[in-house]
Amino acid sequence: MSSIATANEVNNQDHLEEEEEDFHFDHNHTDYEGAKLGVWLFLFTELVLFGAMFLALFVYTTGEYGAEFHEAGKSLKVMMGAGNTLVLLTSSLTMVYAITALQKGSKYLTLLWLGLTIALALAFMVVKYFEWTGKFKHHIYPAHLSFMEAKYGPSDLSKVWDKEFKDSGTTLKEFNHVPVTAAGVEMSPEEVKALPEGDYPHHRYTKGQVVFFGMYFAMTGLHGFHVIIGVLLLLWMVFEVAKGTVTSENYGYVENVGLYWHLVDLIWIYLFPLFYLVA
Amino acid sequence: MSTASAKSFYEDKAVILEGLYNYWEELGKNNSFFRKLARLHTWVGSTDHKRIGILYLISMLTFFAVGVSLGFTIRLEWFYPGEQFINARVYNSVFTLHGIIMIFLFVIPGIPAIFGNFFLPIVIGAADVSFPRLNLASWYMFMTGAFLAAISLFVGSTGDGSLTFVAPDGGWTFYAPYSLQSNSNVGLAVFAAFILGFSSIFTGLNFITTIHRMRVEGMGWYDMPLFVWGLYATSWIQVLATPVIGITLALIGIERLFGVGIFDAAMGGDPVLYQHMFWIYSHPAVYVMVIPGMGVVSEIIAVFSQRTIFGYKSMVFSMMGIAFVGYFVWAHHMFTSGMTETSMIVFSFLTFFVAVPTAVKVFNWLATLYKGSIQLDPPMIWALSFVFLFSIGGFTGLALGMINIDIAVHDTLYVVGHFHYTMFGGGAVSLFAGLHYWYPKMFGRMYNFFYAYVGWALFFVGFNTLYGSMLVAGIMGMPRRYHDYLPEFTTIHQIGTVGSVIMIFGLIIVFGNLFISLFSGKKAEDNPWMGKTLEWDQASTPPVLFNFKKQPRINHGPYDYEGEWV
Repeated sequence: MSSIATANEVNNQDHLEEEEEDFHFDHNHTDYEGAKLGVWLFLFTELVLFGAMFLALFVYTTGEYGAEFHEAGKSLKVMMGAGNTLVLLTSSLTMVYAITALQKGSKYLTLLWLGLTIALALAFMVVKYFEWTGKFKHHIYPAHLSFMEAKYGPSDLSKVWDKEFKDSGTTLKEFNHVPVTAAGVEMSPEEVKALPEGDYPHHRYTKGQVVFFGMYFAMTGLHGFHVIIGVLLLLWMVFEVAKGTVTSENYGYVENVGLYWHLVDLIWIYLFPLFYLVA
Repeated sequence: MSTASAKSFYEDKAVILEGLYNYWEELGKNNSFFRKLARLHTWVGSTDHKRIGILYLISMLTFFAVGVSLGFTIRLEWFYPGEQFINARVYNSVFTLHGIIMIFLFVIPGIPAIFGNFFLPIVIGAADVSFPRLNLASWYMFMTGAFLAAISLFVGSTGDGSLTFVAPDGGWTFYAPYSLQSNSNVGLAVFAAFILGFSSIFTGLNFITTIHRMRVEGMGWYDMPLFVWGLYATSWIQVLATPVIGITLALIGIERLFGVGIFDAAMGGDPVLYQHMFWIYSHPAVYVMVIPGMGVVSEIIAVFSQRTIFGYKSMVFSMMGIAFVGYFVWAHHMFTSGMTETSMIVFSFLTFFVAVPTAVKVFNWLATLYKGSIQLDPPMIWALSFVFLFSIGGFTGLALGMINIDIAVHDTLYVVGHFHYTMFGGGAVSLFAGLHYWYPKMFGRMYNFFYAYVGWALFFVGFNTLYGSMLVAGIMGMPRRYHDYLPEFTTIHQIGTVGSVIMIFGLIIVFGNLFISLFSGKKAEDNPWMGKTLEWDQASTPPVLFNFKKQPRINHGPYDYEGEWV
């Protein structure tokens, strides 16, 4: 391995010639400092990526839609969001334990903590699943009728179907979510009116609320996507640690995955108050 | 660990999936197909930064050729008023694709991806970039984005079941709400641009880490050639600005797929917010296109006047300054979109402010030339054209920065002319300068000077005729992106089209010369231009696999020319 010349050696011609004979680059050496710098730079890009969305959210919240965002925020389940915050914070803790365990050379403890981190990440996604499907049940999802109503107005719904859904194979009736009774019979207008508030299929959302839920789905969706990527990275680490290729000698890999995982956590820490607690 | 050999990198290899390569090599012993496959693997599976640079060079020049053809199509269509041979719908797609291809596939990645990859590690005395595999992955992302942009031309239908022409339209800026309503392939095009953005981010990330971690012992920050500083400033913009357009375009895609309403005024969203988010990236991106070119031109002007670059540190800080201030000028694209007068004045002021570091650079180049022994070889001719054309681009830009003028000429051909003077005359001309400068080092052969001069002269004349005529037509009131025009603009459009023909002839000669010289050019010396930076000083021609046959040493600064007073 070639020693790197110090500044003094540069002017030392004798030394120079001596070294030239067996010159080669040590290109298999991994530069952990460099790798960490690269990961940090990547995290900056992630922050800017979410930052742009936070900017948009900020513009709408402080702008004309403040009151409507406030109103729409009430429909989110604070307990579910708070629980999820706790889950993610804990997973950051278990991630740190995993790194410490690896640094101290304990393979099994590392695997245990990594496994726990994955379990918590999955728990987060499960809660997220129930939150989203809960919204869907109340007919809140993009491209749904209630969203389209905000765009076209209720009187034009058949036009909406004509313009946007005709090709998808959905019939006009299905599209309208014509409510049926348990027996499968179409409900009368009176029966529809008797339905609980949230279930009423033609509940109209104001434009501000549509944008609120649009932002909600886009931002928590993107965050959820990052959680899934995080789970895959953690699984990769479990695999490498179990195989013995990542050890206390080169724990940099786990550390870098940990950095990413903390970022996912951090973003949620901002998402939670801005969506759930604004109401 | 491998011992450096005397072979050039063309005969050597560093590949991913080495087992696969060996397998193909083995089969290739008596099968020419597998021999070819193994040979292909040494390129598309290469982690060598020089080979990746050449992969980028080949792919980008191909896209450039496509972009030029599309631009020429527009020029031909404009030769007479009225519809000539493409209808308005096709015309919309042609100018959109011209923009997408030229911006996202050629000028933005241009110099960093080609010369940054090839020369950054060499000029800082490193064996490769910090993350060679990520580097290759960036090229694959780039090609995936290009592939998606290409298929957006052909795939899909307009909704009634019949296949029609569905290439994306509405311009490379994808302004909402049209981009949300257009039934062309805008969704695929924005997805392509999203992927290209990430390719650009990873290249930037790689370069920053490389510059921080891999400079050869003895090379301090202020011992780096200005080309490296240019790449450094550019990389920070790529890392910190590209994600904004990534998410903005992703939201356009999500909007089209699911209708979340964030930018759709009909659903409560704000289209002007889209414009803000788009330009927060896309204005800094203008500097991504130009700052590395400024680095290249600084190298060339110093070498061909054999003179220390004037005001090294002011060059460094002006580049970093442009990169920084460039973040705060975006809304000058939006003076007519609806803003408060206060914000218009603030953004107008900041726009003038960004001209200050740019002017510092131009004056420093001139001061470098002063009393230098100027050698007007082809690279120098191109570099000086850069200074000239980019200055015109800069001055017309200052005019556009004035709110009252901007409101008058907004969305006219004046803007298009200004834009091409800066991007083509700045970004692409500096790329051609770099190509003529580093060609002997990259390919080990020298091109023919006579044809290089002829090609340049035609290009230069054609360029100014073409884009100068656009400036004039814009002042006369010709709107941009129009398929048809009033008869009084006929002459000025015809002048422009003639200019484009001359320019394309010039380009054909330039690139024909470079291409033919690959085979018939005479062998290049190690240091034909008497440069002082490491790639001329200490690397062989073409360089070996890990760049240096012996440990590179810093025994003089990048611009220490003999007999030079500093």
